[in-house]
Amino acid sequence: MSSRRTLRKLTNVVALVLSGIATAIGLFFLAAILWTLVKNGVAGLSVALFTQMTPPPGSAGGLLNAIYGSVVMTVIGILIGGPIGMLAGTYLAEYGRTARISALIRFVNDVLLSAPSIIIGLFVYELLVVRMGHFSAIAGAVALAIIAMPVIVRTTEDMLNLVPQGMKDASTAMGAYTWRTVTSVIYPAARSGIVTGLLLAVARISGETAPLLFTALNNQFWSSNLGAPMANLPVVIFQFALSPYPNWQQLAWSGALIITVSILVLSIAARIAVSSFTKGRH
Amino acid sequence: MNTVAAISPKHAAGQRRRERLFRGATLGAALLVLALLGGVTLSLLIGAWPALAHFKLSFITREIWNPVTDQYGALAPIYGTLVTSFLAMLLAVPVSFGIAIFLTELAPGWLKRPVGVAIELLAAVPSIIYGIWGLFVLAPVLQRHVQPWLIDVLGPLPLIGKFFQGPPFGIGILTAAFVLAIMVIPFVSAVMRDVFETVPDVLKESGYGLGATTWEVIWQVVVPYARTGMIGGVMLGLGRALGETMAVTFVIGNAHRIGTSLLAPGTTISASIANEFAEAVGDLYTSSLVALGALLFLITFVVIAAARLMLMRLERRALGSA
Repeated sequence: MSSRRTLRKLTNVVALVLSGIATAIGLFFLAAILWTLVKNGVAGLSVALFTQMTPPPGSAGGLLNAIYGSVVMTVIGILIGGPIGMLAGTYLAEYGRTARISALIRFVNDVLLSAPSIIIGLFVYELLVVRMGHFSAIAGAVALAIIAMPVIVRTTEDMLNLVPQGMKDASTAMGAYTWRTVTSVIYPAARSGIVTGLLLAVARISGETAPLLFTALNNQFWSSNLGAPMANLPVVIFQFALSPYPNWQQLAWSGALIITVSILVLSIAARIAVSSFTKGRH
Repeated sequence: MNTVAAISPKHAAGQRRRERLFRGATLGAALLVLALLGGVTLSLLIGAWPALAHFKLSFITREIWNPVTDQYGALAPIYGTLVTSFLAMLLAVPVSFGIAIFLTELAPGWLKRPVGVAIELLAAVPSIIYGIWGLFVLAPVLQRHVQPWLIDVLGPLPLIGKFFQGPPFGIGILTAAFVLAIMVIPFVSAVMRDVFETVPDVLKESGYGLGATTWEVIWQVVVPYARTGMIGGVMLGLGRALGETMAVTFVIGNAHRIGTSLLAPGTTISASIANEFAEAVGDLYTSSLVALGALLFLITFVVIAAARLMLMRLERRALGSA
């Protein structure tokens, strides 16, 4: 009897220790990746990184055109995907909360949320690049918008659902139509939650590489023409990291550090925002 | 009373028109989500059609991939995609399970949130970062320390030995699986944690009340209750692993062949597309790559849809019992 008891206790301890180790493994990899980025990336951080163009092999340069391109395409992507996503989320939370089609839309949206981003790249290639006859920044931005949209639909719906029903009822009782209630009562009440969703979407798309490979492609030079190929950080990192030139590899590491730090800061900011928003609503 | 009376018919009509407009706009945006899925499916099918019509079923049964003779078969990338994802899940699921247990049952309150957020941040790191880290840090480590050991110890064994033979390349199927495992851990553990948290405390307390140890409560109360959700989480992670592109492209070696050894270079569907699409010349070549994309979409769609349906059913049950 007591040996069985010992065995049970032993099993318990072993299992719990293993789960602790599992957590340590997860944390170890996060630390290892960040450490590698800092170790290799910091050496290349300089003013030139933010003021000069991507160089040819062997000469000095920076990542200005790539950073600019990434920012432009991310902003356009959010400008397209944001409003559409917010409107769709509004439909799901307010007008069609119980409609049968909403269940289908939620399901499809969840599937799109996890769909491989390279598929979206192929889609936009067929949709825009083939028709236009060449790669372009706008095609890249559309691909990013399609990836951002499901994130925004989901967070908008979740956040609007957190707005107390009493506030909506009060507005309706005063004779307001739903559009008035939504724009004057619900949106302001859920503002920080919606902004969080947008931040998460920015974090999601600003590191995306695969969908840009055959939409925006890349550009060695400065370009602000949305109809032409445009440099962007992820694709530059991809090309430079796999190149045999030390100066390109150094730029790739520095670019990787910049992009990761920005995304992690965005993600943490979004979490802080959402926790202050949801506090006291459950 | 006065204000209500003051609303003119014209004003009321304007309000109604805006209501219709706004409702229409939100409905239109929502329907766009459906249209997007339809559009993606349709464009992939149209793009893939020339290759599928030309090669018919042999497209998915042949290993050959030769742009010079214009012969394309998808077997090697399909094999690579399935094997890397399967191995990744084999590595990631136990670790994710451990993390979920730690976060829900073991960690003291003050530790839960920081550790949970740190694991979630692992999911926010872009896949290209995993790619360069895998290529420049992980692959050399595996090549020098892990793979020689695997070759020496497991290589001579019967049955499984042939999976661990040949030279230690560093990059290859196994390395890709390793990187994928790290990438899906945050997704799987986050879902598992969430479903573990739906287990009613009363159930667990009954277990403890009967004298069960923490592990016994987890294994005999929490896991059976949360099983559907756990499988859903695993499938969601699998969907990620199947479609992951950049990280795999860096470390898989991009060889269109099926080697028995897991240490040998291979390719996956997504890595082939990423590597070759921008440079593909000729309609048949491009179309074959789009056909690969269509295959990937089909596989991931089935996996993700199954995962979502399971999680949805769980959500409904949670709502019903509340």
